[in-house]
Amino acid sequence: MCGIVGLLVRNPKMRDTIGELMLPMLIGMTERGPDSAGLAMFSAPVSDDSRKFSLYAAQQDFDWKALVADFEKSLNSMAKIEPKTNHAVITTTLSPILVKAWLKTNYPQLHLLSVGQLMDIYKDVGTPAQVADRYDFKNFKGSHLVGHTRMATESAITPAHAHPFTAGQDWCLVHNGSLSNAHSLRRKLEKEGIEFETDNDTEAACRFLEWRMREGDDLETALNHGFDELDGFYTLLMGTKDQLALVRDPFACKPAIIAEHDDYVAIASEFRSLAHLPDIKNAKVFEPSPKEMYVWKI
Amino acid sequence: MENLSMEAQRFDLNKQSLREVNQFLHGDAANLNGKFFTIENPNGAHSIAVGLNSDVHVTIKGHAGYYAAGMNQIAKVTIEGSAGSGVAENMMSGFVHVKGFASNAAGATANGGLLLIDGDAGLRCGISLKGADIVVGGSVGSFSAFMAQAGNMVILGDAGEGLGDSIYEANIFVRGKVKSLGADCEVKVMDAESKKILSDLLHKSGHADLKPESFTQYGSARTLYHFHVDNAGAY
Repeated sequence: MCGIVGLLVRNPKMRDTIGELMLPMLIGMTERGPDSAGLAMFSAPVSDDSRKFSLYAAQQDFDWKALVADFEKSLNSMAKIEPKTNHAVITTTLSPILVKAWLKTNYPQLHLLSVGQLMDIYKDVGTPAQVADRYDFKNFKGSHLVGHTRMATESAITPAHAHPFTAGQDWCLVHNGSLSNAHSLRRKLEKEGIEFETDNDTEAACRFLEWRMREGDDLETALNHGFDELDGFYTLLMGTKDQLALVRDPFACKPAIIAEHDDYVAIASEFRSLAHLPDIKNAKVFEPSPKEMYVWKI
Repeated sequence: MENLSMEAQRFDLNKQSLREVNQFLHGDAANLNGKFFTIENPNGAHSIAVGLNSDVHVTIKGHAGYYAAGMNQIAKVTIEGSAGSGVAENMMSGFVHVKGFASNAAGATANGGLLLIDGDAGLRCGISLKGADIVVGGSVGSFSAFMAQAGNMVILGDAGEGLGDSIYEANIFVRGKVKSLGADCEVKVMDAESKKILSDLLHKSGHADLKPESFTQYGSARTLYHFHVDNAGAY
């Protein structure tokens, strides 16, 4: 069992309070996922020539200032850092390939959570309330987000196994369910030169869909390929730079409920995570059909 | 369906625990019979008004979570919003009315009573039905009435894939389209007895304006009752 939540704020005035709106959604899914939690937050993009890198350190008191000084000195380029305990977002104009290689060589103990212009990823072990508190989710601002609360069933409880998963840039995915062909999918993708970071089944789905989109599929076409390739139970919620997308497997084994309102679109595993949203009484609340694609644009 | 009495006692799940409310509703039937209750702010909580066993009228003022009114006996429960998975599962008697939509496995294994859903029902509605009646104003999802053993399902809208798969003796009446029938489920000619069952259920559920003739009946072809060597490959 796991919990998923998604929120896309249509009313620009409400984007400064997206964190506050989301927090009870995530905490509402604690019973479904008490062991880890994560969030992908999409906010105003950095400049065209820059990229943001979300980094995770196992050490709570990691010295991020020393890292950025080292970065600037050895790569001879300015970087901006926004640290929050064991997490930091570094913004730089250097290419992702260069930055990844430098991090791997010089700071192999760090885990690179995401790369993009709009998306930051936060994830860690702990209850949703603990993780939210650690990174101050409540004060986040932005247009849309994807969140997850995990109850591990098929692989270890570690920060890296927590959701959201990401591949490429500004793309993430969370999953409630279990895939029975994750290993064969993974072998297929490894032949395409795609590298994996964990043995988590969701990572296989994430990398599969991102690979399809890199090969030229749009999101809808990639998801149609997903219906053919993914075997198992799943409700998948995905975030792109300007969209949220949701699909359920043909047997609808895993739940989802949607509230569409003029001001927002909210998605959760269960209604109890939506009940507190403003004016929810006037939202259109419905259950997504199996094997259908639901896509919302900001 | 009843008008709510002005004397209805109010519970508020923002102020009271669900356990407290359910325990109150499990009190001595002699003190509860004929009484009206409302439950405010259900906010999708699981297991609201489960295990009732007296002649009470309970109105849930919003969306309910999983297993609402599960195991119901005698009581009349109205959910003014939608219901999560397993509403009225294993109901024995009484009446459960969902005014919105119902999620998966509505009325699963229900033995008796009537489950009325005004909106759509999700997948596996009436799975393993054991004698209750289910009336769905909208459509039902795939694999509904799977292994249904007894009882009646009336579907005003459409049915998804695999309707009535491996069905025993339940009756299914569908007014709309059926995407596909499950193994051993077939179209039946509606006899006088079946027509009466359908007509009574339409009256009971506020759909007396619909003609039984506008429905198609489905039931068991009874070819899976006993082992047959020709089917060995399919087992």
